[in-house]
Amino acid sequence: MNKKTSLAMFGMLCLLGLWLLVGCSKKQETNEAPAAAPSSPAQPAATPIDPSTVASVSGTVKLDGAAPKASKIDMSQDPACKGTNTAETVVDDGGKLANVFVYVKDGLGDRTFDVPKDAVTIDQQGCKYHPHVLGVMTGQNIEIKNDDQTTHNIHPTPQANREWNESQPPAAAPLEKSFAREEIMLPVKCNQHPWMRMYINVVKTPFYAVTAPDGKYEIKGLPPGDYTIAFVQEKLGEQTQKVTLAAKDSKTVDQSFKAQ
Amino acid sequence: MEADLKSLATPYNRAHHRFAVFTACATFVLIIAGALVTSNDAGLSIPDWPTSFGSFSVPPLHGGIKFEWSHRAIAGSIVLLTISIAAWTWFADRRRWMKWLGIAALATVITQAILGGLTVLLFQPPWVSSAHAAVAQTFFCIAVAIAMFTGRRWVEEVPQIEFDHRRPSLFTLTLLSIFVLYVQLILGAMFRHHGMSWWPHVANAAIVAFVLTWTAIRALSQFSRIEAVRRPAIILVSLMIAQLCLGFIAFLTRVAWGRDAVQPELPMVISTVAHVAVGALLLATAVILAIQVWRQVPVSFEETVPTRTRKTVAA
Repeated sequence: MNKKTSLAMFGMLCLLGLWLLVGCSKKQETNEAPAAAPSSPAQPAATPIDPSTVASVSGTVKLDGAAPKASKIDMSQDPACKGTNTAETVVDDGGKLANVFVYVKDGLGDRTFDVPKDAVTIDQQGCKYHPHVLGVMTGQNIEIKNDDQTTHNIHPTPQANREWNESQPPAAAPLEKSFAREEIMLPVKCNQHPWMRMYINVVKTPFYAVTAPDGKYEIKGLPPGDYTIAFVQEKLGEQTQKVTLAAKDSKTVDQSFKAQ
Repeated sequence: MEADLKSLATPYNRAHHRFAVFTACATFVLIIAGALVTSNDAGLSIPDWPTSFGSFSVPPLHGGIKFEWSHRAIAGSIVLLTISIAAWTWFADRRRWMKWLGIAALATVITQAILGGLTVLLFQPPWVSSAHAAVAQTFFCIAVAIAMFTGRRWVEEVPQIEFDHRRPSLFTLTLLSIFVLYVQLILGAMFRHHGMSWWPHVANAAIVAFVLTWTAIRALSQFSRIEAVRRPAIILVSLMIAQLCLGFIAFLTRVAWGRDAVQPELPMVISTVAHVAVGALLLATAVILAIQVWRQVPVSFEETVPTRTRKTVAA
Protein backbone atom coordinates (compact mmCIF):
# COMPACT_ATOMS: atom_id res chain seq x y z
CA MET A 1 0.00 0.00 0.00
CA ASN A 2 1.62 3.28 -1.06
CA LYS A 3 1.41 6.63 0.75
CA LYS A 4 -1.38 8.05 -1.36
CA THR A 5 -3.56 4.99 -0.86
CA SER A 6 -2.95 5.09 2.90
CA LEU A 7 -3.88 8.76 3.06
CA ALA A 8 -6.98 8.20 0.97
CA MET A 9 -8.06 5.34 3.25
CA PHE A 10 -7.47 7.45 6.33
CA GLY A 11 -9.54 10.29 4.86
CA MET A 12 -12.34 7.87 4.00
CA LEU A 13 -12.33 6.52 7.57
CA CYS A 14 -12.58 10.06 9.00
CA LEU A 15 -15.48 10.88 6.70
CA LEU A 16 -17.20 7.61 7.62
CA GLY A 17 -16.84 8.43 11.32
CA LEU A 18 -18.31 11.90 10.84
CA TRP A 19 -21.13 10.53 8.69
CA LEU A 20 -21.97 7.94 11.36
CA LEU A 21 -22.01 10.66 14.00
CA VAL A 22 -24.28 12.93 12.01
CA GLY A 23 -26.53 9.93 11.40
CA CYS A 24 -26.55 9.23 15.13
CA SER A 25 -27.47 12.86 15.82
CA LYS A 26 -30.39 12.75 13.37
CA LYS A 27 -31.61 9.47 14.81
CA GLN A 28 -31.61 11.07 18.23
CA GLU A 29 -33.83 13.86 16.93
CA THR A 30 -36.32 11.44 15.40
CA ASN A 31 -36.36 9.44 18.62
CA GLU A 32 -37.44 12.54 20.50
CA ALA A 33 -40.69 12.75 18.55
CA PRO A 34 -42.68 10.03 20.34
CA ALA A 35 -41.76 11.49 23.73
CA ALA A 36 -43.18 14.83 22.67
CA ALA A 37 -46.45 13.17 21.67
CA PRO A 38 -48.15 13.26 25.01
CA SER A 39 -51.05 10.84 24.91
CA SER A 40 -50.51 7.11 25.34
CA PRO A 41 -52.45 5.14 22.74
CA ALA A 42 -54.01 1.88 23.97
CA GLN A 43 -54.99 2.28 27.62
CA PRO A 44 -56.84 -0.69 29.15
CA ALA A 45 -60.28 0.15 30.55
CA ALA A 46 -60.17 1.32 34.16
CA THR A 47 -61.31 -1.12 36.85
CA PRO A 48 -64.52 0.33 38.30
CA ILE A 49 -64.56 1.48 41.97
CA ASP A 50 -67.83 1.81 43.87
CA PRO A 51 -67.88 5.51 44.90
CA SER A 52 -70.12 4.76 47.88
CA THR A 53 -67.44 2.64 49.56
CA VAL A 54 -64.30 4.67 48.96
CA ALA A 55 -62.02 5.46 51.86
CA SER A 56 -59.27 7.97 52.46
CA VAL A 57 -55.97 8.15 54.27
CA SER A 58 -54.33 11.32 55.51
CA GLY A 59 -51.67 12.38 57.96
CA THR A 60 -48.62 14.44 58.71
CA VAL A 61 -45.01 13.68 57.91
CA LYS A 62 -42.58 14.89 60.54
CA LEU A 63 -38.87 15.24 60.96
CA ASP A 64 -37.53 13.64 64.11
CA GLY A 65 -34.53 15.67 65.24
CA ALA A 66 -32.88 18.92 64.25
CA ALA A 67 -33.32 19.82 60.62
CA PRO A 68 -30.12 20.33 58.66
CA LYS A 69 -29.38 23.94 57.80
CA ALA A 70 -30.58 24.64 54.27
CA SER A 71 -27.66 25.03 51.84
CA LYS A 72 -27.25 28.40 50.15
CA ILE A 73 -27.46 28.62 46.39
CA ASP A 74 -25.11 30.91 44.49
CA MET A 75 -26.98 32.16 41.41
CA SER A 76 -24.35 34.74 40.47
CA GLN A 77 -23.30 32.87 37.32
CA ASP A 78 -26.51 34.01 35.59
CA PRO A 79 -27.68 37.59 36.22
CA ALA A 80 -31.17 36.64 35.00
CA CYS A 81 -31.60 34.29 37.96
CA LYS A 82 -33.28 36.11 40.80
CA GLY A 83 -34.83 33.35 42.88
CA THR A 84 -34.65 32.51 46.55
CA ASN A 85 -31.19 31.26 47.39
CA THR A 86 -31.93 28.34 49.69
CA ALA A 87 -31.89 24.73 48.57
CA GLU A 88 -34.98 22.54 49.02
CA THR A 89 -33.24 19.28 49.85
CA VAL A 90 -34.96 19.02 53.26
CA VAL A 91 -37.79 21.53 53.76
CA ASP A 92 -38.85 21.56 57.38
CA ASP A 93 -41.19 23.90 59.23
CA GLY A 94 -41.19 23.28 62.97
CA GLY A 95 -40.69 19.54 62.56
CA LYS A 96 -43.18 19.21 59.66
CA LEU A 97 -41.64 17.88 56.47
CA ALA A 98 -42.65 19.20 53.03
CA ASN A 99 -41.97 17.64 49.61
CA VAL A 100 -42.40 14.03 50.75
CA PHE A 101 -43.98 11.87 48.07
CA VAL A 102 -46.65 9.61 49.57
CA TYR A 103 -48.21 6.84 47.48
CA VAL A 104 -49.93 3.48 47.66
CA LYS A 105 -47.06 1.15 46.96
CA ASP A 106 -48.91 -2.12 47.33
CA GLY A 107 -52.47 -3.44 47.73
CA LEU A 108 -54.22 -2.38 44.52
CA GLY A 109 -53.48 -5.64 42.71
CA ASP A 110 -54.01 -5.57 38.95
CA ARG A 111 -56.45 -2.67 38.97
CA THR A 112 -56.08 -0.18 36.17
CA PHE A 113 -56.96 3.50 36.26
CA ASP A 114 -57.82 6.21 33.79
CA VAL A 115 -55.00 8.61 33.06
CA PRO A 116 -56.12 12.18 33.85
CA LYS A 117 -56.64 14.29 30.74
CA ASP A 118 -55.36 17.41 32.46
CA ALA A 119 -51.66 18.03 32.34
CA VAL A 120 -49.63 18.80 35.43
CA THR A 121 -47.36 21.82 35.23
CA ILE A 122 -43.70 22.33 36.02
CA ASP A 123 -42.78 25.99 36.08
CA GLN A 124 -39.22 27.27 35.91
CA GLN A 125 -39.32 30.52 37.82
CA GLY A 126 -36.52 32.29 39.68
CA CYS A 127 -34.18 29.59 38.31
CA LYS A 128 -35.93 26.96 40.39
CA TYR A 129 -38.46 24.29 39.57
CA HIS A 130 -41.99 24.69 40.91
CA PRO A 131 -42.99 22.30 42.35
CA HIS A 132 -39.84 20.70 43.71
CA VAL A 133 -41.50 17.28 43.95
CA LEU A 134 -44.21 16.20 41.54
CA GLY A 135 -46.45 13.15 41.18
CA VAL A 136 -47.93 12.04 37.85
CA MET A 137 -49.50 8.94 36.40
CA THR A 138 -47.79 6.97 33.67
CA GLY A 139 -48.69 8.52 30.34
CA GLN A 140 -50.07 11.71 31.90
CA ASN A 141 -49.07 14.96 30.21
CA ILE A 142 -46.55 17.21 31.89
CA GLU A 143 -46.45 20.80 30.70
CA ILE A 144 -43.08 22.47 31.28
CA LYS A 145 -43.00 26.28 31.23
CA ASN A 146 -40.15 28.74 31.39
CA ASP A 147 -41.08 32.00 33.14
CA ASP A 148 -37.46 33.14 33.49
CA GLN A 149 -35.61 35.59 31.27
CA THR A 150 -32.93 33.01 30.62
CA THR A 151 -32.60 29.72 28.75
CA HIS A 152 -32.98 26.52 30.74
CA ASN A 153 -32.44 22.95 29.74
CA ILE A 154 -34.70 20.29 31.13
CA HIS A 155 -32.85 17.05 31.59
CA PRO A 156 -34.49 14.11 33.37
CA THR A 157 -32.05 11.35 34.30
CA PRO A 158 -34.34 8.32 34.72
CA GLN A 159 -33.50 4.69 35.40
CA ALA A 160 -36.61 3.08 33.90
CA ASN A 161 -37.74 5.69 31.38
CA ARG A 162 -36.03 7.20 28.36
CA GLU A 163 -33.60 10.04 29.04
CA TRP A 164 -33.93 13.32 27.15
CA ASN A 165 -32.42 16.77 27.33
CA GLU A 166 -34.05 19.81 25.73
CA SER A 167 -33.41 23.50 26.03
CA GLN A 168 -36.15 26.08 26.50
CA PRO A 169 -35.42 29.75 25.81
CA PRO A 170 -37.34 32.58 27.54
CA ALA A 171 -40.96 32.94 26.40
CA ALA A 172 -40.78 29.68 24.44
CA ALA A 173 -43.87 27.52 24.06
CA PRO A 174 -44.33 25.02 26.90
CA LEU A 175 -42.85 21.57 26.38
CA GLU A 176 -45.24 18.64 26.67
CA LYS A 177 -43.81 15.38 27.93
CA SER A 178 -44.89 12.16 29.57
CA PHE A 179 -43.23 9.10 31.09
CA ALA A 180 -44.25 5.59 30.15
CA ARG A 181 -42.99 3.59 33.13
CA GLU A 182 -43.31 3.78 36.89
CA GLU A 183 -40.37 5.47 38.57
CA ILE A 184 -40.04 7.05 41.98
CA MET A 185 -37.88 10.13 42.59
CA LEU A 186 -36.85 10.54 38.97
CA PRO A 187 -34.32 13.42 39.06
CA VAL A 188 -34.72 16.35 36.68
CA LYS A 189 -31.93 18.90 36.39
CA CYS A 190 -30.81 21.90 34.42
CA ASN A 191 -27.19 21.67 33.27
CA GLN A 192 -27.06 25.41 32.71
CA HIS A 193 -27.95 26.14 36.34
CA PRO A 194 -26.55 23.20 38.31
CA TRP A 195 -28.49 23.99 41.51
CA MET A 196 -31.80 23.45 39.67
CA ARG A 197 -33.09 20.01 40.57
CA MET A 198 -36.51 18.49 41.06
CA TYR A 199 -38.05 15.03 41.27
CA ILE A 200 -40.90 13.53 39.29
CA ASN A 201 -42.68 10.47 40.67
CA VAL A 202 -44.40 8.39 38.02
CA VAL A 203 -46.99 5.89 39.27
CA LYS A 204 -49.71 3.75 37.72
CA THR A 205 -52.43 4.77 40.14
CA PRO A 206 -54.02 8.10 41.07
CA PHE A 207 -53.42 7.38 44.78
CA TYR A 208 -50.53 9.64 45.65
CA ALA A 209 -49.83 13.02 47.24
CA VAL A 210 -46.96 15.34 48.03
CA THR A 211 -46.75 16.78 51.54
CA ALA A 212 -47.50 20.49 51.83
CA PRO A 213 -45.27 22.95 53.79
CA ASP A 214 -47.19 21.94 56.95
CA GLY A 215 -46.25 18.27 56.35
CA LYS A 216 -49.85 17.22 55.62
CA TYR A 217 -51.08 14.94 52.86
CA GLU A 218 -54.34 13.28 51.89
CA ILE A 219 -55.12 10.42 49.50
CA LYS A 220 -58.80 10.04 48.65
CA GLY A 221 -60.97 7.60 46.71
CA LEU A 222 -59.29 4.34 47.73
CA PRO A 223 -61.35 1.16 47.51
CA PRO A 224 -61.49 -0.81 50.80
CA GLY A 225 -58.47 -3.07 51.28
CA ASP A 226 -55.05 -3.67 52.83
CA TYR A 227 -52.42 -1.25 51.63
CA THR A 228 -48.78 -0.41 51.98
CA ILE A 229 -48.28 3.33 52.05
CA ALA A 230 -44.79 4.53 51.10
CA PHE A 231 -43.27 7.86 52.11
CA VAL A 232 -40.28 8.93 50.02
CA GLN A 233 -38.00 11.86 50.70
CA GLU A 234 -35.19 12.75 48.27
CA LYS A 235 -32.44 12.67 50.91
CA LEU A 236 -33.94 10.70 53.79
CA GLY A 237 -35.08 7.75 51.67
CA GLU A 238 -38.23 5.61 51.83
CA GLN A 239 -40.35 4.40 54.73
CA THR A 240 -43.51 2.33 54.57
CA GLN A 241 -46.55 1.65 56.73
CA LYS A 242 -49.34 -0.90 56.37
CA VAL A 243 -52.94 0.22 56.71
CA THR A 244 -56.29 -1.55 56.41
CA LEU A 245 -59.16 0.53 55.09
CA ALA A 246 -62.80 -0.51 55.44
CA ALA A 247 -65.57 0.99 53.35
CA LYS A 248 -65.87 4.78 53.89
CA ASP A 249 -62.94 4.68 56.31
CA SER A 250 -60.93 7.79 56.92
CA LYS A 251 -57.70 6.85 58.64
CA THR A 252 -54.80 8.94 59.83
CA VAL A 253 -51.33 7.60 59.05
CA ASP A 254 -48.52 9.83 60.31
CA GLN A 255 -44.90 9.17 59.54
CA SER A 256 -41.65 10.53 60.85
CA PHE A 257 -38.17 10.55 59.35
CA LYS A 258 -35.06 10.68 61.48
CA ALA A 259 -32.90 13.69 60.76
CA GLN A 260 -29.46 12.73 59.39
CA MET B 1 23.42 3.75 2.41
CA GLU B 2 24.51 7.32 3.17
CA ALA B 3 21.54 8.64 1.22
CA ASP B 4 19.21 6.42 3.27
CA LEU B 5 20.66 7.74 6.54
CA LYS B 6 20.31 11.34 5.35
CA SER B 7 16.67 10.73 4.50
CA LEU B 8 16.08 9.71 8.15
CA ALA B 9 17.43 13.03 9.50
CA THR B 10 15.75 16.40 9.20
CA PRO B 11 17.08 19.91 9.67
CA TYR B 12 15.83 21.93 12.65
CA ASN B 13 12.86 24.04 11.57
CA ARG B 14 12.30 26.79 14.12
CA ALA B 15 8.86 27.84 12.87
CA HIS B 16 7.65 24.25 12.73
CA HIS B 17 8.89 23.60 16.28
CA ARG B 18 7.31 26.78 17.66
CA PHE B 19 4.01 25.91 16.02
CA ALA B 20 4.19 22.43 17.58
CA VAL B 21 4.89 23.96 21.01
CA PHE B 22 1.96 26.34 20.54
CA THR B 23 -0.31 23.41 19.61
CA ALA B 24 0.77 21.50 22.74
CA CYS B 25 0.15 24.56 24.96
CA ALA B 26 -3.25 25.15 23.35
CA THR B 27 -4.09 21.48 24.01
CA PHE B 28 -3.25 21.99 27.67
CA VAL B 29 -5.67 24.95 27.74
CA LEU B 30 -8.28 22.68 26.12
CA ILE B 31 -7.80 20.07 28.86
CA ILE B 32 -8.40 22.78 31.48
CA ALA B 33 -11.50 23.93 29.58
CA GLY B 34 -12.77 20.35 29.50
CA ALA B 35 -12.13 19.92 33.22
CA LEU B 36 -14.10 23.13 33.86
CA VAL B 37 -17.06 21.67 31.95
CA THR B 38 -17.12 18.49 34.03
CA SER B 39 -16.37 20.25 37.32
CA ASN B 40 -19.24 22.69 36.76
CA ASP B 41 -21.60 19.88 35.73
CA ALA B 42 -22.13 21.74 32.45
CA GLY B 43 -21.52 18.89 30.00
CA LEU B 44 -25.08 18.82 28.71
CA SER B 45 -25.90 22.51 29.02
CA ILE B 46 -25.93 22.61 25.21
CA PRO B 47 -28.13 19.65 24.28
CA ASP B 48 -27.14 19.34 20.61
CA TRP B 49 -23.89 18.65 18.73
CA PRO B 50 -22.10 19.70 16.53
CA THR B 51 -24.38 22.75 16.49
CA SER B 52 -25.08 24.75 19.64
CA PHE B 53 -28.83 25.30 20.04
CA GLY B 54 -29.26 24.52 16.33
CA SER B 55 -26.69 27.02 15.10
CA PHE B 56 -22.94 27.56 14.75
CA SER B 57 -23.16 31.11 16.08
CA VAL B 58 -22.21 32.11 19.62
CA PRO B 59 -25.10 31.48 22.04
CA PRO B 60 -25.74 33.71 25.10
CA LEU B 61 -22.87 32.73 27.38
CA HIS B 62 -24.51 32.35 30.77
CA GLY B 63 -24.60 29.56 33.33
CA GLY B 64 -23.06 26.28 32.19
CA ILE B 65 -23.24 27.33 28.52
CA LYS B 66 -20.12 29.51 28.85
CA PHE B 67 -18.06 26.49 29.93
CA GLU B 68 -19.43 24.07 27.33
CA TRP B 69 -19.36 26.49 24.41
CA SER B 70 -15.82 27.73 25.25
CA HIS B 71 -14.70 24.10 25.35
CA ARG B 72 -16.23 23.47 21.93
CA ALA B 73 -14.67 26.65 20.48
CA ILE B 74 -11.18 25.80 21.78
CA ALA B 75 -11.60 22.19 20.60
CA GLY B 76 -12.49 23.43 17.10
CA SER B 77 -9.34 25.57 17.09
CA ILE B 78 -7.27 22.58 18.18
CA VAL B 79 -8.63 20.53 15.27
CA LEU B 80 -7.48 23.29 12.88
CA LEU B 81 -4.07 23.49 14.59
CA THR B 82 -3.70 19.72 14.35
CA ILE B 83 -4.60 19.66 10.66
CA SER B 84 -1.95 22.35 10.14
CA ILE B 85 0.76 20.60 12.14
CA ALA B 86 0.02 17.25 10.46
CA ALA B 87 0.21 18.84 6.99
CA TRP B 88 3.32 20.84 7.87
CA THR B 89 5.05 17.75 9.27
CA TRP B 90 4.03 15.68 6.25
CA PHE B 91 5.56 18.12 3.80
CA ALA B 92 8.45 19.63 5.81
CA ASP B 93 9.81 16.84 7.98
CA ARG B 94 12.01 14.25 6.31
CA ARG B 95 11.53 11.62 8.99
CA ARG B 96 8.95 9.12 7.84
CA TRP B 97 7.88 8.20 11.36
CA MET B 98 7.29 11.89 12.12
CA LYS B 99 5.00 12.19 9.12
CA TRP B 100 2.94 9.31 10.49
CA LEU B 101 3.01 10.76 14.01
CA GLY B 102 1.38 13.89 12.57
CA ILE B 103 -1.30 11.73 10.95
CA ALA B 104 -1.74 9.83 14.25
CA ALA B 105 -2.27 13.18 16.01
CA LEU B 106 -4.95 14.08 13.46
CA ALA B 107 -6.64 10.68 13.83
CA THR B 108 -6.60 11.06 17.63
CA VAL B 109 -8.11 14.54 17.57
CA ILE B 110 -10.86 13.36 15.19
CA THR B 111 -11.56 10.38 17.47
CA GLN B 112 -11.68 12.82 20.37
CA ALA B 113 -14.17 15.08 18.56
CA ILE B 114 -16.38 12.08 17.80
CA LEU B 115 -16.25 10.98 21.46
CA GLY B 116 -17.13 14.54 22.50
CA GLY B 117 -20.15 14.46 20.21
CA LEU B 118 -21.21 11.03 21.47
CA THR B 119 -20.96 12.11 25.09
CA VAL B 120 -23.51 14.87 24.36
CA LEU B 121 -25.81 12.83 22.13
CA LEU B 122 -25.82 9.79 24.44
CA PHE B 123 -26.22 11.89 27.64
CA GLN B 124 -22.75 11.31 29.07
CA PRO B 125 -22.53 7.55 29.54
CA PRO B 126 -19.57 7.10 31.95
CA TRP B 127 -17.58 4.90 29.53
CA VAL B 128 -17.87 7.41 26.67
CA SER B 129 -17.08 10.40 28.89
CA SER B 130 -14.13 8.53 30.44
CA ALA B 131 -12.85 7.57 26.98
CA HIS B 132 -13.16 11.26 26.04
CA ALA B 133 -11.03 12.17 29.07
CA ALA B 134 -8.43 9.48 28.34
CA VAL B 135 -8.11 10.27 24.62
CA ALA B 136 -7.75 13.97 25.50
CA GLN B 137 -4.63 13.24 27.50
CA THR B 138 -3.38 10.81 24.84
CA PHE B 139 -3.64 13.60 22.29
CA PHE B 140 -1.86 15.97 24.68
CA CYS B 141 1.00 13.47 25.01
CA ILE B 142 1.24 13.19 21.19
CA ALA B 143 1.27 17.00 20.87
CA VAL B 144 4.03 17.26 23.51
CA ALA B 145 5.99 14.48 21.78
CA ILE B 146 5.73 16.28 18.41
CA ALA B 147 6.98 19.46 20.09
CA MET B 148 9.93 17.52 21.53
CA PHE B 149 10.76 15.69 18.30
CA THR B 150 10.82 18.95 16.34
CA GLY B 151 13.01 20.69 18.94
CA ARG B 152 16.63 21.64 18.29
CA ARG B 153 17.94 19.28 20.97
CA TRP B 154 16.25 16.24 19.53
CA VAL B 155 17.13 17.08 15.93
CA GLU B 156 20.73 18.21 16.35
CA GLU B 157 22.20 16.74 19.53
CA VAL B 158 23.89 13.38 19.58
CA PRO B 159 22.45 11.19 22.36
CA GLN B 160 24.76 10.41 25.34
CA ILE B 161 24.23 6.69 25.26
CA GLU B 162 24.69 4.67 28.45
CA PHE B 163 23.67 1.04 28.60
CA ASP B 164 21.22 -0.13 31.26
CA HIS B 165 22.27 -3.47 32.76
CA ARG B 166 19.84 -3.60 35.69
CA ARG B 167 16.54 -5.44 35.74
CA PRO B 168 13.83 -4.34 35.47
CA SER B 169 15.31 -1.85 33.07
CA LEU B 170 14.60 1.87 33.44
CA PHE B 171 12.74 1.74 30.14
CA THR B 172 10.47 -0.99 31.53
CA LEU B 173 9.84 1.18 34.59
CA THR B 174 8.91 4.19 32.47
CA LEU B 175 6.45 2.05 30.49
CA LEU B 176 5.03 0.76 33.78
CA SER B 177 4.68 4.37 34.96
CA ILE B 178 2.72 5.29 31.84
CA PHE B 179 0.51 2.23 32.32
CA VAL B 180 -0.37 2.95 35.98
CA LEU B 181 -0.97 6.62 35.15
CA TYR B 182 -3.39 5.59 32.38
CA VAL B 183 -5.22 3.28 34.75
CA GLN B 184 -5.36 6.12 37.26
CA LEU B 185 -6.66 8.49 34.59
CA ILE B 186 -9.46 6.10 33.64
CA LEU B 187 -10.40 5.41 37.28
CA GLY B 188 -10.49 9.15 37.99
CA ALA B 189 -12.58 9.85 34.91
CA MET B 190 -15.02 7.06 35.79
CA PHE B 191 -15.43 8.54 39.27
CA ARG B 192 -15.93 12.04 37.91
CA HIS B 193 -18.55 10.81 35.46
CA HIS B 194 -20.43 8.82 38.12
CA GLY B 195 -19.49 5.43 36.70
CA MET B 196 -17.52 4.22 39.71
CA SER B 197 -16.90 4.93 43.37
CA TRP B 198 -13.96 7.12 44.45
CA TRP B 199 -12.02 4.38 46.27
CA PRO B 200 -10.41 2.56 43.26
CA HIS B 201 -8.92 5.90 42.16
CA VAL B 202 -7.62 6.60 45.68
CA ALA B 203 -6.29 3.03 46.11
CA ASN B 204 -4.48 3.16 42.77
CA ALA B 205 -2.90 6.48 43.79
CA ALA B 206 -0.69 4.49 46.19
CA ILE B 207 0.43 2.20 43.34
CA VAL B 208 1.09 5.22 41.09
CA ALA B 209 3.13 6.91 43.82
CA PHE B 210 5.20 3.75 44.34
CA VAL B 211 5.90 3.10 40.64
CA LEU B 212 6.69 6.74 39.82
CA THR B 213 8.98 7.10 42.83
CA TRP B 214 10.78 3.89 41.87
CA THR B 215 11.19 5.12 38.28
CA ALA B 216 12.42 8.58 39.32
CA ILE B 217 14.86 7.18 41.91
CA ARG B 218 16.27 4.71 39.39
CA ALA B 219 16.63 7.44 36.74
CA LEU B 220 18.27 9.91 39.13
CA SER B 221 20.54 7.42 40.88
CA GLN B 222 21.79 5.68 37.75
CA PHE B 223 21.58 8.18 34.90
CA SER B 224 21.68 11.64 36.46
CA ARG B 225 24.58 12.55 34.16
CA ILE B 226 22.20 12.50 31.20
CA GLU B 227 20.31 15.79 31.31
CA ALA B 228 17.58 14.55 28.97
CA VAL B 229 16.77 11.86 31.56
CA ARG B 230 17.52 13.79 34.76
CA ARG B 231 15.26 16.75 33.99
CA PRO B 232 12.02 14.84 33.25
CA ALA B 233 12.72 12.53 36.22
CA ILE B 234 12.90 15.52 38.58
CA ILE B 235 9.79 17.06 37.04
CA LEU B 236 8.02 13.68 37.28
CA VAL B 237 8.60 13.32 41.01
CA SER B 238 7.77 17.01 41.68
CA LEU B 239 4.52 16.81 39.74
CA MET B 240 3.65 13.56 41.49
CA ILE B 241 3.97 15.21 44.92
CA ALA B 242 1.87 18.18 43.73
CA GLN B 243 -0.69 15.79 42.24
CA LEU B 244 -1.02 13.78 45.46
CA CYS B 245 -1.62 17.02 47.42
CA LEU B 246 -4.18 18.22 44.85
CA GLY B 247 -5.87 14.82 44.90
CA PHE B 248 -6.18 15.01 48.66
CA ILE B 249 -7.66 18.54 48.48
CA ALA B 250 -10.03 17.48 45.68
CA PHE B 251 -11.12 14.51 47.80
CA LEU B 252 -11.81 16.77 50.78
CA THR B 253 -13.73 19.39 48.79
CA ARG B 254 -15.69 16.97 46.60
CA VAL B 255 -16.19 13.78 48.62
CA ALA B 256 -15.81 14.71 52.28
CA TRP B 257 -17.13 18.27 52.48
CA GLY B 258 -19.07 18.62 49.24
CA ARG B 259 -21.18 15.49 49.48
CA ASP B 260 -24.43 17.43 49.99
CA ALA B 261 -23.50 20.48 47.91
CA VAL B 262 -26.44 21.68 45.82
CA GLN B 263 -24.11 22.91 43.10
CA PRO B 264 -20.39 22.69 42.24
CA GLU B 265 -18.66 25.02 44.70
CA LEU B 266 -15.58 27.07 43.86
CA PRO B 267 -13.09 25.12 46.05
CA MET B 268 -14.15 21.81 44.49
CA VAL B 269 -13.99 23.26 40.97
CA ILE B 270 -10.52 24.78 41.47
CA SER B 271 -9.04 21.71 43.17
CA THR B 272 -10.49 19.26 40.63
CA VAL B 273 -9.47 21.29 37.58
CA ALA B 274 -5.94 21.67 38.99
CA HIS B 275 -5.87 17.91 39.68
CA VAL B 276 -6.83 17.14 36.07
CA ALA B 277 -4.34 19.66 34.67
CA VAL B 278 -1.41 18.41 36.76
CA GLY B 279 -2.45 14.83 35.93
CA ALA B 280 -2.11 15.65 32.22
CA LEU B 281 1.34 17.20 32.80
CA LEU B 282 2.37 14.15 34.81
CA LEU B 283 1.36 11.72 32.06
CA ALA B 284 3.10 13.82 29.40
CA THR B 285 6.25 13.96 31.55
CA ALA B 286 6.20 10.18 31.94
CA VAL B 287 5.91 9.84 28.15
CA ILE B 288 8.83 12.24 27.61
CA LEU B 289 10.94 10.35 30.14
CA ALA B 290 10.14 7.04 28.45
CA ILE B 291 11.11 8.42 25.04
CA GLN B 292 14.34 9.92 26.34
CA VAL B 293 15.24 6.72 28.18
CA TRP B 294 14.53 4.72 25.03
CA ARG B 295 16.88 7.05 23.12
CA GLN B 296 19.65 7.60 25.66
CA VAL B 297 19.67 4.42 27.76
CA PRO B 298 19.46 1.31 25.59
CA VAL B 299 18.83 -1.93 27.41
CA SER B 300 21.79 -4.28 27.27
CA PHE B 301 21.18 -7.95 26.63
CA GLU B 302 23.51 -10.75 27.63
CA GLU B 303 23.80 -13.36 25.00
CA THR B 304 24.68 -16.80 26.34
CA VAL B 305 27.19 -18.55 24.18
CA PRO B 306 27.31 -22.34 24.36
CA THR B 307 30.45 -23.41 26.21
CA ARG B 308 30.72 -26.82 24.55
CA THR B 309 32.89 -26.66 21.47
CA ARG B 310 31.61 -28.38 18.44
CA LYS B 311 33.83 -30.83 16.74
CA THR B 312 34.02 -30.80 13.07
CA VAL B 313 33.02 -34.13 11.74
CA ALA B 314 34.00 -35.16 8.33
CA ALA B 315 31.14 -36.37 6.21
